[in-house]
Amino acid sequence: MSKRIEVRDLNVYYGSFKAVEDVTLTIEPRSVTAFIGPSGCGKSTFLRTLNRMHEVIPGARVEGEVLVDGNNLYGKGVDPVLVRRQVGMVFQRPNPFPTMSIADNVLAGVKLNNRRIAKSDAEALVETSLRGANLWNEVKDRLDRPGSSLSGGQQQRLCIARAIAVEPEVILMDEPCSALDPISTLAIEDLIEELKTEYTIVIVTHNMQQASRVSDKTAFFNIAGTGKPGKLIEYDETATIFSNPSVKATEDYVSGKFG
Amino acid sequence: MTQTAPRPATSSRSAGAPVDGANAYVSGRLPRWAAPGLTAACLGGAITVMALLAAAGAIAEFSLVLAIAIGTIASIVLVTAISLMAEGRRAATNRFMIALVISAFVLALLPLVSVLSTVLVNGSARFDLEFFTWSMRSVIGEGGGALHAIVGTLQITAWATLISVPIGLFAAIYLVEYGRGPLARAITFFVDVMTGIPSIVAGLFAYALFVLIFGEGVRMGFAGSVALSVLMIPVVVRSSEEMLKLVPDELREAAYALGVPKWLTIAKVVLPTAAAGIITGITLAIARVIGETAPLLIVAGFTASMNYTVFSERMQSLPVFVYTQYANPGSDVEFYLERAWAGALTLIIIVMALNLIARLITRLFQPKAGR
Repeated sequence: MSKRIEVRDLNVYYGSFKAVEDVTLTIEPRSVTAFIGPSGCGKSTFLRTLNRMHEVIPGARVEGEVLVDGNNLYGKGVDPVLVRRQVGMVFQRPNPFPTMSIADNVLAGVKLNNRRIAKSDAEALVETSLRGANLWNEVKDRLDRPGSSLSGGQQQRLCIARAIAVEPEVILMDEPCSALDPISTLAIEDLIEELKTEYTIVIVTHNMQQASRVSDKTAFFNIAGTGKPGKLIEYDETATIFSNPSVKATEDYVSGKFG
Repeated sequence: MTQTAPRPATSSRSAGAPVDGANAYVSGRLPRWAAPGLTAACLGGAITVMALLAAAGAIAEFSLVLAIAIGTIASIVLVTAISLMAEGRRAATNRFMIALVISAFVLALLPLVSVLSTVLVNGSARFDLEFFTWSMRSVIGEGGGALHAIVGTLQITAWATLISVPIGLFAAIYLVEYGRGPLARAITFFVDVMTGIPSIVAGLFAYALFVLIFGEGVRMGFAGSVALSVLMIPVVVRSSEEMLKLVPDELREAAYALGVPKWLTIAKVVLPTAAAGIITGITLAIARVIGETAPLLIVAGFTASMNYTVFSERMQSLPVFVYTQYANPGSDVEFYLERAWAGALTLIIIVMALNLIARLITRLFQPKAGR
């Protein structure tokens, strides 16, 4: 249950400001794709267009096509709610629901949608999701405690458990480790490695070691200057990007010569 | 100027420290008791001097308020001056500002304490069982009670809340979650204007509305509820709006990313997260209108009898009860005034209970944090 994403000639706008220009790339199923690039180059903006989270911001709009297994997300009559059930997302800052317990946070996708679920099914779903997010052993004795009682790294893994509990095809991660310590980061990187056997994963990161550790393919975005749109500079196998990039700007960025 | 004894110099002291062994960060400090002690001395001195002068006949009359005022000003000047000499400019400014802040706090508190104690003292005379079990029907002079007014106030306010909360809350949800452009700006503007509407205008509005339906001379409790809700809706909108704005967008996005539609996100994530603040705001809005007199005087009228239904006939309320007892006393003025004070005390207690309930609810609904 994972899908191929094809992006064709995508332009992203905030009002009249063009934030991302002319992106075309294909993301393979059951792989990890990393987006790297300097701050403000539009990689997070681009990521948010892959599950129509972009339009939550007033004035934001998109031109072009995003095909998930051939279905255009920006076609006529597409329900963004259905898109988001297929393409899950994990955010930069852990954001568990403060009014809910750990178990309810995992079940949020079910409960918030008013779907009925048998108690035994719910317990099973909580356990498999938390096991999937490598959190089960740490929280199994306190599932009814509030989600905000966990540490930052645990909260982020709780958010990942919450995302995989709705069984999406694709998981988008927007700098999931930037607020975490190295040990929590390692736990999440291990988790990404496991998750990619079942899901298509796209991750935005500022940490180039992380990109080279976890991803199969890497896309480098760059910006020509402030007020100019971000562009996809190079997209290739991660090994190629980090050892033998074909564009000078990519080489400069991954070797730390600028940025 | 007191100083702790300098610590003995140790051989391991790093370079740059003063040779005599004194801590480089120690400077002149007044002892802790200096400011409160001086203030107490000044107040005591002012009162004593004033009392002596009055006894000697130098001034016409002993005035405690004047003495305290003089003593306060003297203490502020004295503390600042001594601090300026002993501690320097920065510390003196600090002490001067602290003195001003404390004085302002006491000044603000004085009328509150005065009102509370006066009402408590005067109201307790008739704060008895009869007051809560009797109406004023065929009571002249002694006895009688305010049961009809308490029932009226509770019913009228409850209906006003029932009208205002849905309208106000939904308007706030529209403004925060959906409203864009000129319509939202217009609503915000008119809500702001409505918060300043004089209550008598709200009363006249409700009267005019009910005259259109029921004809000239209509009086009923429900019309009072409508008048109160005109005053209450803008307060509910404003406070709920602020509380909804405090809910972080990250939580909304987290719900959207799970494929939750917008209306369910609002109903099940945004509202529960903001519940504590919204309930507090509603309670404060109730407290704001429960003491309204003018509109109820016009549209609910006044009566001495029980009336359990808000949809017909005149209905007494506590503020109107207080007003009528005070304004139309019979031959034994004293009994009427005692009832007025007891009515005022009851009203204050109801408002205080509402506030306590709001705090309790806030604590129960607050998102649980901590570990």
